[in-house]
Parts: sequence; C-alpha cells; structure tokens
Amino acid sequence: MSEKFVVGYDGSDVAKRALDFAVSRAQAQGGSILIVHVLEWSPYSFLTPEEIEERHARRKEELDRAEKALMAPLKAMIAAAGVPVETQIKYGHVAKTLCEVAKKEGATQMVIGRDGDGGLSSRVFGSVAGSLVQVAPVPCTIVP
Amino acid sequence: MTRLVPTAVLAVCFTMVAALSASAQSIDETINGIFASSTGWFVNLIFSNFPGTNFPWIVGWLVVAATVFTVYFGLIQFRAFGHAIALVKGDYSDPNDAGEVSHFQALATALSGTVGLGNIAGVAVAIGIGGPGATFWMILAGLLGMASKFTECTLGVKYRNEYPNGTVSGGPMYYLTKGFAERGVGGGKFLAVMFSIFCILGALGGGNMFQANQAHAQLTNVFGEYPGWITGVIFAGIVFAVIVGGLKSIARVTEKVVPFMGIIYVGTALIIILMNYDKIGWALGQIFAGAFTGLGVAGGLVGALIQGFRRAAFSNEAGVGSAAIAHSAVRTKEPITEGFVSLLEPLIDTVIVCTMTALVIIITGQLISDPNTGLYVLNEAGTAIRTVGDTSGVALTSAAFSSSIGGFKYILALAVILFAFSTMISWSYYGLKAWTYLFGEGKGQELTFKVIFCLFVVIGAAASLGPVIDFSDAAIFAMAVVNIIGLYVLMPIVKRELNSYWSRLKSGEIKKFS
Repeated sequence: MSEKFVVGYDGSDVAKRALDFAVSRAQAQGGSILIVHVLEWSPYSFLTPEEIEERHARRKEELDRAEKALMAPLKAMIAAAGVPVETQIKYGHVAKTLCEVAKKEGATQMVIGRDGDGGLSSRVFGSVAGSLVQVAPVPCTIVP
Repeated sequence: MTRLVPTAVLAVCFTMVAALSASAQSIDETINGIFASSTGWFVNLIFSNFPGTNFPWIVGWLVVAATVFTVYFGLIQFRAFGHAIALVKGDYSDPNDAGEVSHFQALATALSGTVGLGNIAGVAVAIGIGGPGATFWMILAGLLGMASKFTECTLGVKYRNEYPNGTVSGGPMYYLTKGFAERGVGGGKFLAVMFSIFCILGALGGGNMFQANQAHAQLTNVFGEYPGWITGVIFAGIVFAVIVGGLKSIARVTEKVVPFMGIIYVGTALIIILMNYDKIGWALGQIFAGAFTGLGVAGGLVGALIQGFRRAAFSNEAGVGSAAIAHSAVRTKEPITEGFVSLLEPLIDTVIVCTMTALVIIITGQLISDPNTGLYVLNEAGTAIRTVGDTSGVALTSAAFSSSIGGFKYILALAVILFAFSTMISWSYYGLKAWTYLFGEGKGQELTFKVIFCLFVVIGAAASLGPVIDFSDAAIFAMAVVNIIGLYVLMPIVKRELNSYWSRLKSGEIKKFS
C-alpha cells in the first residue's frame, strides 16, 4: 500500500516547510499528498443578528478565497513535481478536524508544522501540534 | 471610524454642557409629557377590556392562541423537547455544513434578544402589581407560549427570502404574504404591512425605550439621581456607533458577555433561594394562593393573572413574531427543526429566568403584607403592593438581590446595562427588517431608521416608567394581533411539515450524524 500523507496547511512558513517535507517523502516513497486547510470554527460561538444573516455568504467567500489563494497554486506546484495531490478545506477545531480527515481518507501519515511559540498562549490554549501528538490516529511528523 | 469620533465628541460636550444647566430635570419632564399625551390613545386601544369585564382582550387573545397551538400540535412543547435538545447539541447537524450558522447559534442570538430587562424589571413590575400569584400565571403562559414560538419560527424559516448574494430576510411579513398566497387566502399583504408598522413601534418601544428607561433606573439606583436624558445620550451614542458606525467589536463583546451574565444572574438567584431554603415552601404557597385568590392585590385573581400573562408575553415574545425574524436566517433543510429549537426559548426565558427573579423578590420579603390578614398592603393609590424600600421595576429586583448579597446591585447594574444593550441591538435589527420591508432595501432607508432608533433611546431614558411600559407593551402586543391571525391561517402548513418530519424521524430516514 502506498503512503498517503495528510498535511495540515495554513499558508504560514512552517506549514510550507511541513508540506515540502511531506512532498519530498512522497516523492521518495511513491506516495500521495492530501493538503487540508482548516478554518477555525465553533458551532457554539455567539453571533450578532447581522452576522447570522450574512454567515452563508461569508462562508462561501472564505471557501473561495482559501481555494484560490492557498490551494490552487499548491496543487499546480506539487502536481508539477510528479506527486499525486488532493486538497480539502474544512471548518472546525483544527486538530480534531485533521484527525477526522486522516481517518476518513485512510491516510497512513500526518505531517504538520509547529510555530515554535512556546509562550503563554499555547500553554493556556494548547497548540495544534501539541494536541495532535496526543490524539493523532496515524503516525504524525511535526516539522519545526 | 472617522465618522464616530465627531459623534462621540459631540455627545460628550452636549452631555457636559447640559449637565451644568439648572433646567436639566425639566427636559425630562417635557419629554415625558409629550410622550405620554401622544401615545395614550394607542395604549387605550390595545388594552381595552372585553365589554362588561375588566379583562383586557389582548391578554385573552395571546393565551387562547397559545392554547390552540398547544392542543393542535398535540403538546408539542413536551413531545419534541428531547429532540430540540439533540438538535441544539448538533446531533443531527451534517459535518459538511460546518461553518454555517448552527442551531445553537440561532438559539443563543434569539435568546440574547429576549432575555433582558423583561426578566429582571418586567417580572418585578408583575410581582409588584399582581403579587406572587402573577408568577404562577407567568409560568403557565411561558409553557403555553412554547407552542406559539414553535409555530411562528417554523413559518419564519419556511417562507424566508433568499437573495442572490447569499443573505436572507425572514419573519412574519414574509410568511404573511407568501404563505397566504399559497393557501389562496387574501389580505396577506395588508397584514404584512400592518405587522411591519407595529414591529417598528415595538422595536422603538419594548426593544428600545423600555430598555433605556430601566437601564437608567438601575444607574440612578447605584450612582444617585441625575437626569435621564444624559443616560439616553450616552446609550444612543454607543448604539449609534454599533448600528450606524458598524463598530462590530462592541456588539461582539456584548454577545459574548451576555450569556455569562445570564448564568451569573440565575446562579446568584439560586444561591439566594438556597440561603433561604426554609422559606421555599412558604413562597410556593404564596404563589399558589395568590394565583387563585390574589391575596389582596389590585384586581384580585384577575389582576394577578393579567400581570403574569402580560409580563410573560413581553419577556418571551411568544406569538409576537420577533423570534421568527431572528430564527429565519439559520441554515437548515428542514424548517421545522428551527421550530423545535425555538420552543426552548420561552422555557429558558420565562419558566427558568423569570421564575428565579420572582422567587428572589418573594423570598427576600420585599412585598409588605398585613400580618393579621395575610393580605398584601397596597400603596396609597391602590395600584401596587407596598414594598420595603418603596421601589418598583428594576429597583425592586435590585433591592431583593442586595438584601441577601450586599454588593450585588453593582453586578446587577452591569447585567442590566448589557442586557438592555443586547436587546436594543437585536430589536434594531427586527425593526430594520420591518422598515426595509416597507420602504425597500437600501443604505438611505436603513440609515433613516437607525437614526430614529437612536433618538428613541434618549426619549426612553428620559420618560418615566408608566407611559414607557404602557406604550412598549401596547406596541409589542399589536404585533401579536397581526401575527397570530397569520399563525391561525398557516398552522395547517406547519402541521404538514411536522407530520412529514416526525414520520421520517421515527422511520430512521432522518439520522443522527454523531
């Protein structure tokens, strides 16, 4: 069975490094890449009446923007490197959603960058990489 | 942002100059006089009694409607209760729809429009005039009102307008027009226009002036007397910044803080009730005895009943149609699911939060009764029960909470201001939807309404409680007159939706996702 790498991607420098790492491994091992971009979203947050009215339109805008600005250029680039690539854009809790996608798509590995911010905020709220270490359903590589 | 700065500076200067002027108090009197004399006829019309009785027809109208819906939908408020909770928890939400407005969010936003001063000040008004017995009728009205809310919110989603840019507009004005046309009944357009007019008045009254008025009452209670229009101008400035200036951050902060204030409020009420646990039995006795005998309040049994029903309707807005506007923007393939979710609103708002306020006022002994007869002692005018500190409205609630927990009036003042503010933001939206229905969508039309809305904040804060509460009630009940006619005509459509959904739920065609 060929390797399938799920890569969490948010457009940051570390995410790019994580993706490069995954692409080079996939090239070497003959695997494929699934890039997942998660937009942070909680169904339990509070919205004003106007925000509720505009939500559906906003969501469409956000998805379009993520597809055009983030995913489309990557797809072209990775496909040019000869690696099969797919992309998904999801809403939800980042770590949880990445795990769900990995399980559903039968991924064999996960790759994610970490922002190296060991400061107060990640101590209080936790970091995506930190959570994935705890809950990832498949082997997970964290790229510094 | 640049537009806001001059407004804020102007508001501050205006406030300071006028605060120094000796005639400040008389501005309040002038505003109050003009307001009371120009709205009296409308109030009298809405609150006129059934011929030969002292029972206002509008109260009967609301209760009969809620009872009809309860029977017609076979006690839907109890039957669908568990399913409503499951929907709010997201058990039936498709994960692929993540990022759309969830049932929880629609409920939370609608609740922050209804949980407000009605629960704190309105209940105190009801208990102050109708005695503890009003609580019983209030709870009953809340339970029945769940069925009205279910009906109107289902219709609100079913007949909303969806625009090409992805936004939606819904509410009674849309189901009155489209639903009536579908059933081949005439007059829908006329009712929709009437509803919109009343909705604008309701937004300016209960959704605005009453809130400003009681926020000011609570502020003077904490900081001492000062002219009401000063509070009005400051409040109007902030509301202006949010609804005209688009300062979303204030609205967002409020939306997030309000639920926690609600929890703190209910939690504190529970603590006070538990601190006086030996009096719980007595308080319940007072509520039941008062409900059926009146215990000496003005108007006796009927007086208690009218107050209870009136304040419940004002607080949870069931049958009024405002919730149908709030809920109509949710994303769902099944309009009926939003109806199920919305039936939780009167329960949370009236049966839980309002009852807490009532119990605290009764248990802390704010109402003065004659130890010999057990009946309540009325004030000199004979219109309300005498209270320990001669208080009414929000000041009565504040006195009740503070008598057990000393500094609570400061927390309550903050809660009142936040509740008042979030209710104003919600109602400015309802009013705006009615306004654009009448005058068309457009930036100019929207701005006109928003400026009028801000002006009424000042009037509300300056006028005295009596005329404001009468006008607020009258306007909100006028919405219910029109809306409930619509609900009677359209309830077979809701029944069809309900039967179809319920059988698919039972057969397993509608599945849980988690």
